[in-house]
Amino acid sequence: MPAERYAAMFARLAERDELAFVPFFVLGDPSMEENLALISAAVEAGADGLELGLPFSDPIADGPAVQSAVTRALEAGTRISACWPLLRAVRNAHPTVPIGLLVYANLIVHAGVEAFVTQCAAAGVDSVVIPDAPSLEQAWFAEAFAKGGVALARILPPGADAARVQEVARSSAGYVYVTSRGGVTGADDTLQADSTAVISALQKEGAAPALLGFGIAQPTHVHAARAMGVAGAISGSAVVQRIGAHGTPAARRAAVVAFVREMKGATGPHPTANHPIAPRSANRA
Amino acid sequence: MIRSAYYGRFGGSFVPEILVPALESLEAAFLDAQADPTFVAELETLLRTYAGRETPLYQCRQLGRETDSRIWFKREDLLHGGAHKTNQALGQGLLAQRLGKTRLIAETGAGQHGVATALTGAVLGIPTRIYMGAADIERQQPNVQRMRLMGAEVVPVTQGGATLKAAINEALRDWSASYATTHYLLGTVAGPHPFPLIVREFQRVIGREARAQFLEATGRLPDAVVASVGGGSNAIGIFTDFIADAAVRLIGVEPAGEGLHTARHGATLQRGRPGVLHGCYTQILQDDEGQVQESHSISAGLDYPGVGPEHAQLQETGRAQYVGCTDAEAMAAFSLVARSEGIIPAVESAHAVAGALKLARTSDRPLDILVNLSGRGDKDLATVLRYQAEEAARGAANVVAAAGGIDAR
Repeated sequence: MPAERYAAMFARLAERDELAFVPFFVLGDPSMEENLALISAAVEAGADGLELGLPFSDPIADGPAVQSAVTRALEAGTRISACWPLLRAVRNAHPTVPIGLLVYANLIVHAGVEAFVTQCAAAGVDSVVIPDAPSLEQAWFAEAFAKGGVALARILPPGADAARVQEVARSSAGYVYVTSRGGVTGADDTLQADSTAVISALQKEGAAPALLGFGIAQPTHVHAARAMGVAGAISGSAVVQRIGAHGTPAARRAAVVAFVREMKGATGPHPTANHPIAPRSANRA
Repeated sequence: MIRSAYYGRFGGSFVPEILVPALESLEAAFLDAQADPTFVAELETLLRTYAGRETPLYQCRQLGRETDSRIWFKREDLLHGGAHKTNQALGQGLLAQRLGKTRLIAETGAGQHGVATALTGAVLGIPTRIYMGAADIERQQPNVQRMRLMGAEVVPVTQGGATLKAAINEALRDWSASYATTHYLLGTVAGPHPFPLIVREFQRVIGREARAQFLEATGRLPDAVVASVGGGSNAIGIFTDFIADAAVRLIGVEPAGEGLHTARHGATLQRGRPGVLHGCYTQILQDDEGQVQESHSISAGLDYPGVGPEHAQLQETGRAQYVGCTDAEAMAAFSLVARSEGIIPAVESAHAVAGALKLARTSDRPLDILVNLSGRGDKDLATVLRYQAEEAARGAANVVAAAGGIDAR
């Protein structure tokens, strides 16, 4: 079953009444060697799952922070062919952690969809999400992923109509990537969209659990996500910004670890969940 | 979607899910507008009284005289704004109004589409923002100044190669946040459906007029229709009404830059592989892992590593042929047109002229060749003068080297 690591993660967290915290990294950012160390540090700091992006030259769904991360990875000479052993290494180091891959359509089409799915399965990838393949183009991908045993997750934007919610609920495997804002990825001060209605509509349709992403940058956002009824939160821009902001491997690692701890610390029940205020400082330890 | 998004196996709508409703409502509004006589009449009036349609068909008096063939220019360079881009910018501007949008965004490479969008924003009273690669802003200053004079905001894009590809990325990002109030006035027959359809339908006036004008002038159809191809809007515009005329050869001229044997060209159809870029499945210049490459052309308007999906299909079915023309060949054609016809063509259009001359010179019979002279070259003077100065310097160096004055190894 392709989604079994996700199912196990969601079940384990439900018992503890916690949301999943899923940091996002661009593979090869800022270099292949350091990337693996940062990803492992994030898992050790409490990340429940991972969302990893294959660097692509034209990331149209990404804002400045992720674009910079992609540029760092590509300028460091990251090859897609080298990302597969890197993914395998992440899988070997963290056998139970769900690994989602974020991939722009051209990298899949170029490789051939079936060959790409085979690579994912061999590397231990649990799910793939394609930010530039909407409902209209799912036919390119759905069958090969279903046959290859890799979950194809879908993105559901704010304001989606009932038909779209139903279609995504039925087809999204592993989890549903609900975006908390219009536009592209980015780290915001406040969450832009209230996804409560979309989340409950997904639940009514029997969808896979929802992860909220785009703009999740602070513990208060995790509290807000919890209030919306999601099963977890994905932080991308806020993670890769920290990688870009520090000059040494030690400083980058420390910044990522501190952020993951702070965010994971906010995933439990919170007395002021509906009133996003300052996070609990105890979780910084 | 109501209409198919595909041309053979090419096309589609590869965009973030959030943009799908915007594309659907755009398609519906376009189909509705096409069937609405009021819309059609308003566009026709704007094109006639404001933009200067119809544009003339001109039989060259000097160009190609050393061959037995006749070369004809469809004079889109005389259109208001300086290029064919105005045809479809006005059309999309009226569509934007119909959709109740209060802001226009666009990308531009050479600045011609930016100028066309800026004048559309001005004449229709819609605030306009143009994304333009910082490198293109550098090499196309006159068009940047024109856009700003007409009230458009020009935003430099520094990511990637800072050219057209990066500008389209940025416009798509803007639109995915702003689609509720904003129309993305995409400039070519690429991008997600319905843009290739909309842009083609607004540009096909070029071929419709040219076909009728040619018939009237000669009583027959041309042997070949030649146009330059970057994204492919001027070529689709003149090709479309000739597609059913099987005897008329359709020839697209791609920028071969420093040569197809080098990495520095923009000949997407001749050297690309199928893939997904900017919302459609088409031929693209990409490396062995699917990273999209930077193209190169002396013409900023042809400097794009993708191409409209309908061209990919016309190539695959064999209905159109696509050939290359280098920077040097385009510059030679530019000079020839200027000196022999008294017309300063856009460097983009000079590529088409070079292709037509090659065809005339290699033909074993006299041909009537219709060229889409898609734009005028005022914007290119700095580029051309710099190129000529460099050529002169290279020529002098070669003379010295040949005389043994410099070790030329």
